[in-house]
Amino acid sequence: MALDSLKTDGFKQIGTRPNRPDGLDKVTGRALYGADVTAPGMLWGVIVRSPHAHAKIVKIDTSKAEAMDGVKAVVTRADFSDAIQPAAGPRGEMWNVLENVMAGDKALYDGHAVAAVAATSQLAARDAAKAIVVEYEVLPHVTDVDKAMAADAPVIREGATEKSVPEGMHPNVVRYHESGHGDLEAGFAEADLVIEDTFKTEATHQGYIEPHACLGTLGGDGKGELWCCTQGHWNVQKVCAALLGLETSQLRVTASEIGGGFGGKTAVFIEPVALALSRKANKPVKIVMNRADVFRATGPTASTSMDIKIGMKKDGTITAASGLFRCQGGAFPGAPMEFTAMCAFAPYNLQAVKQTGFDVMTNRPKQAAYRAPGSPMAAFAVESVIDQLCNQLGLDPIDTRLKNASREGTQASFGPKWDRIGLVETLEAAKAHPHYSEPLKEGQGRGVSCGFWFNHGGETAVSLALSEDGTVQLAVGTPDIGGSRASMAMMAAEELGIPYENVRCTIADTATLGYNEISHGSRVTYASGLATIKAARDAVKKLCARAAAKWGIEEDAVKWEDGCAVPSGPNAGDHEPLPLAKITAKMGATGGPIVGHFEATPEGAGVSFATHIVDAEVDKETGKTTISRYTVVQDAGKAIHPTYVEGQFQGGAAQGIGWALNEEYIYGEDGRLQNAGFLDYRIPVASDLPMIDAVIVEVPNPGHPYGVRGVGETSICPPLAAIANAVSAAAGVRLKQLPMSPPRILAALGTHD
Amino acid sequence: MSLKPVVKIHLWSGLRAFTGGEDVVEVEAATIGELLNGLVARHPGLEDIVESGVSVAIDGKVIASGLSEAVAPENEIWLMQRLKGG
Repeated sequence: MALDSLKTDGFKQIGTRPNRPDGLDKVTGRALYGADVTAPGMLWGVIVRSPHAHAKIVKIDTSKAEAMDGVKAVVTRADFSDAIQPAAGPRGEMWNVLENVMAGDKALYDGHAVAAVAATSQLAARDAAKAIVVEYEVLPHVTDVDKAMAADAPVIREGATEKSVPEGMHPNVVRYHESGHGDLEAGFAEADLVIEDTFKTEATHQGYIEPHACLGTLGGDGKGELWCCTQGHWNVQKVCAALLGLETSQLRVTASEIGGGFGGKTAVFIEPVALALSRKANKPVKIVMNRADVFRATGPTASTSMDIKIGMKKDGTITAASGLFRCQGGAFPGAPMEFTAMCAFAPYNLQAVKQTGFDVMTNRPKQAAYRAPGSPMAAFAVESVIDQLCNQLGLDPIDTRLKNASREGTQASFGPKWDRIGLVETLEAAKAHPHYSEPLKEGQGRGVSCGFWFNHGGETAVSLALSEDGTVQLAVGTPDIGGSRASMAMMAAEELGIPYENVRCTIADTATLGYNEISHGSRVTYASGLATIKAARDAVKKLCARAAAKWGIEEDAVKWEDGCAVPSGPNAGDHEPLPLAKITAKMGATGGPIVGHFEATPEGAGVSFATHIVDAEVDKETGKTTISRYTVVQDAGKAIHPTYVEGQFQGGAAQGIGWALNEEYIYGEDGRLQNAGFLDYRIPVASDLPMIDAVIVEVPNPGHPYGVRGVGETSICPPLAAIANAVSAAAGVRLKQLPMSPPRILAALGTHD
Repeated sequence: MSLKPVVKIHLWSGLRAFTGGEDVVEVEAATIGELLNGLVARHPGLEDIVESGVSVAIDGKVIASGLSEAVAPENEIWLMQRLKGG
């Protein structure tokens, strides 16, 4: 899409802050989430999970459970499609999903599903699950990324390695990425100071409040209905159809309201199990995960181990940079190491750079996306070294980043030249913000970091139907995970020239629209927004045609203005403006219903950069960190609903504070997760957080009619590093491992073992 | 005689193992789809990687999956790992 089609001002709806249409439902409890629906004759499903990190499944005896009162069905791997076979690389991805949904020959992590039972009550199902006897042969396990690459590590699975992996690596290394440009050796030789360091991050969970839940019905005729809590119900439909050997169109999936996802609900876990149980019992089956199941068996992030080397001149010019990024993604390929690698040095215009990524399998749950998967860890490592260089050379951290900043036309660390980007604008806004010049109090430290994410477009279908009274029914296919129904209604209202309240936006089921990719990649306001604008313009074209027919003039002699069809010029004749509602009132008799459509894969998602400023205080006696001030500056392209953009900025910062300071998966020597609950896995609560200032920078994305860039993910890229830089300054010692929990800070200070 | 223009595609360096060390490959193509077909024809070792999904940057604009986008000799074209998100 060319720049000349951009509309960046003169808006009536865009940039305002109306109430969200789903707000009343949510505050009154009327909104229906995954666990909120029931069906006549419904059974409850419970999943039996492995207590072992790695074990051969010798035998599963279900006879005792099947004989119990109220038990209607038991399923194991034998009840899923045997047409899906293992393969290396993406060709094996569906097998990986199946293997994760229900174990085959081996249990690959603590919490891995091995069987499931459906009974007439949840209690009966739980009792029956305990009566299923699984005989295991326990195998050696590994949960640490570095140990999993060592020569003596147990092999998680042979045959999973892609051809891209260099010869001689352990079979647990399944994918490899290497990119960059320039002469590293010459670059480092040119530097006045070279710093090389190693950083580690632990896996963290997305921490959504609503556990996974679904209600499925599947008959022997292969026809099914599924209600579930997901970020992408077309993907659920596709996966369930494959795992159960169904025709895709025979399974209708409806997305419930969603109590948080952050990437973690892009994956499929319990839905195929509920459908398999339902097919066997011939009854609807509901499954609701408990919190321990969510932690043990749904995707946390990858954990990482990273080596960074950066050279800098005394004037702040970066001369060369390199990074090794080892990411474990559980017992399956898929740790986002290529994104860790590609995002690592993206903010900088470098003459010599190389990034290398390793995707490593361990005996942990299959990692899932978590807001800009892979990028926050890279920023933590790289921006920590930039901070060390600035400190040792006596340079201002923002000026140094500005000096080296990527901008339009410079070569990205991963290859291409940048299109229009807004990194410099975020750095300049951060530098000008009062936070940056506010004097620090005794014991406080300040940290700065940049962050980057690509953003995404994806398959998108939207339908916009006009009602006789002139109101609008807008059907989109991307579950609303961040207030998108409001944003969609605003964009439709803007195009049609009608009040925001006259548009009702609904998340349609899979039988209503064409395929919609998951709500991920910060794509919804960009792609479904673009689709909504185009669908509205399609409807406007049809409205103008009706007016033209009424006036007896050519269709191109009519234009749309302020919610009315009007003659496009003096030669079109003298006709009174024809409001939308007057056209729709007669539409049945003037050609039939008026519906605007858009179906395509928008390919203009603009990338996004952010700069964060953090002040922290460290209690050197207890190791406790307090975040005293936090400012997010991010390029949104164009903020459709600024309150929700600010909410995304603040949410990313809040989750980043948890990731940086407290959250971590803790495994025992036995490979079992030790903290599968919110009491022992500590996410930030309101009292842990300062007010988070949000500054919206708008550098329009040429690929969207209004210039929108996705904002949902970039906000979690800088926090880990910005907080680490602040904490390191406050503590007087460099923190190189996350989380920076009190024991780890005390250990770094040398006051604790 | 072919009517397709010759375009250059830059590869990420990890792919050199499949191209005999080349990181810039010339193919005859007018669209991304033709470009990827040409790339695999020239270097069959890249088939699995291309088939499993790649993105392409044309003058800095990242095309995540579209095969019909036009490419021309004056474009700067980079093969990228398939983009996705959370």
